[in-house]
Amino acid sequence: MERKLRILIAKPGLDGHDRGAKVVARGLRDYGFEVIYTGLHQTPEMIVKTAIEEDVDAIGLSILSGAHLTLFSEVKRLLKENNAEDIHLFGGGIIPDEDKEELYKMGVGKLFGPGTTISEIVDYLNETFASKQEK
Amino acid sequence: MENENIKKAKEICSETISGIPLKLFYTPDDIKDFDYERDLGIPGEYPFTRGIRHTMYKGRLWTMRLFSGFGTAKDTNKRYKFLLEHGETGLSVAFDFPTLYGRDSDDPLSRGEVGICGVAISSLADMETLFEGIPLDKVSTSMTINGPAAILWAFYIITAEKQGVSPEKLRGTIQNDILKEYIAQKSWLFPPEPSLRIITDIMEYGSKYLPQWNTISISGYHIREAGATAVQELAFTLMDGFTYVEEGLKRGLDIDTFAPRLSFFFDSHLDFFEEIAKFRAARRIWAREMKNTYGAKKKESLLLRFHTQTAGCTLTAQQPENNIIRTAYQALQAVLGGTQSLHTNSMDETWALPTEKAALIALRTQQILAYETNIPNVIDPLAGSYYIEYLTNKIEEEAYKYFKKIRELGGMVKAIEMNYPQREIADAAYRYQKAVEEKRRIIVGVNDFILPDEKLEIPILKIDPRVEEEQKERLANLRKKRDNNLVNKRLKELESVAKGKENIMPPILECVRAYCTLGEICRTLKEVFGEYREKPIF
Repeated sequence: MERKLRILIAKPGLDGHDRGAKVVARGLRDYGFEVIYTGLHQTPEMIVKTAIEEDVDAIGLSILSGAHLTLFSEVKRLLKENNAEDIHLFGGGIIPDEDKEELYKMGVGKLFGPGTTISEIVDYLNETFASKQEK
Repeated sequence: MENENIKKAKEICSETISGIPLKLFYTPDDIKDFDYERDLGIPGEYPFTRGIRHTMYKGRLWTMRLFSGFGTAKDTNKRYKFLLEHGETGLSVAFDFPTLYGRDSDDPLSRGEVGICGVAISSLADMETLFEGIPLDKVSTSMTINGPAAILWAFYIITAEKQGVSPEKLRGTIQNDILKEYIAQKSWLFPPEPSLRIITDIMEYGSKYLPQWNTISISGYHIREAGATAVQELAFTLMDGFTYVEEGLKRGLDIDTFAPRLSFFFDSHLDFFEEIAKFRAARRIWAREMKNTYGAKKKESLLLRFHTQTAGCTLTAQQPENNIIRTAYQALQAVLGGTQSLHTNSMDETWALPTEKAALIALRTQQILAYETNIPNVIDPLAGSYYIEYLTNKIEEEAYKYFKKIRELGGMVKAIEMNYPQREIADAAYRYQKAVEEKRRIIVGVNDFILPDEKLEIPILKIDPRVEEEQKERLANLRKKRDNNLVNKRLKELESVAKGKENIMPPILECVRAYCTLGEICRTLKEVFGEYREKPIF
């Protein structure tokens, strides 16, 4: 049987807006993913540690506080430092287009904005990992 | 023909946004037991369903109060002066995340968040800058601050003192509602027990020295924004309110000394009539419970006075100008519901804190409603509508079911520890999302009426990344300049009071006078009280 994809949904920093993260976590679970949710106030170190320990395929960061540039790049850097770059990093929140471009250049995966449906995220994850398996 | 209509009236055709089933139209049959004197009364009289004052907006218009704060204290001071010059009548401070969590701007966890979601206030010095040139005996100020409310309040009291304004002249509100932090907004510091002690200390201190200050603003707004229904917002908020009242009574305070300073804060969401009914039900339930359950005697103790904010979560990032229209309807609901104070969101607030232009349009939205429409001149104009009275009764009835359930769980603190309200809200949020995804709920510009290849065309406020560095420098200077022996002495004194049972406000005020920072005071208290951690659910 095919292994289910394991996704870590994480809330970094002090941002308390967890409605989106929780809705996405639950939605992905309903679509058959294995989902782990970190809860609030995680440092990038805590998130990367959890991701490695839980052997996840992807981390979805939820940031609505405006601190996305600092936090995504820190998680990305720590993944590299821990030889865990195979863990796919994507995310969602309030991220202006020009900041998205900057983060995409760093190698961050897709960043979803307000109005996204769960099925769009599901399609994205399935496509991302289907193409990874082909390689 | 008539029979056909009666049949229709009995059919459930739709539901409110919160899921209350709705018929096609309402008739006297839907409010059979309606009793004017018992259920409504005249405005300004028990049970206050129609409003808390005899003259309502003819006597005093609602306060136009825009939640505002960004960057440094200096940046925000400029915005406050701009808003006051353009007819705003009260101030409302938005703090950044580090401040909300009692952390200084130079704390490692503050990285990237200084001045972004609000203004960074780490010490009395920042607060002095924030209100420079704004006489604190002339304005009323609301501060959205909870975990560290006692400290920010102390910053404000001492800032006023330095302006020569004595505490009894100060008017305003600290949010100071920790229960809804555990439930929804999530900016907590300490566990429930010490938090409730601090809140009771604040209520006690305020009733003695700041008689015009609202020492708590029991808030449904964040509960609603986290995904709750209208009924959940109302029920959890009032239950939080009952809990604070019970804490005060346990302390031995006389209810009529502190109850008049309890205030409320609600959300004004999309469902027009449901929201108005919610505000009316809120007043009636609070008055009844304060009178019958808690034995309040003074009229002022029975009044549910509230601030309203239009619903941030209903704004869309897509076609942001449409948010002006959404906000205008929501403002109208709040006024028809009898609010005492109103914040209207700016159209750009899904993207960032508002630009000056966007904030001005939000203020103008209120002014048009206040001065052009003639709406404020007649109180509670929807009273007697079969539909509105039915909904008001129905929301009240559903709220009582939640009260009962929470009492059965052992009260609100127990319920929170069991994640009960959190779970109810998460479930409701998920149901709402499903409804949107399945297009059972239409959101213009998001799941229908979409503009293909839409580009963001409105300007967005950017926070200068230098803010964080500037704040760090300011703090470093402050730590160098102040009398550090005095700082340590004051923090020790605070620690000893925190460990005992005396009121915590006096030693906090002394710490603030000595320019102890927010982070230092909170660290001292955390060592005594511990820190709250939640069990995450989804």
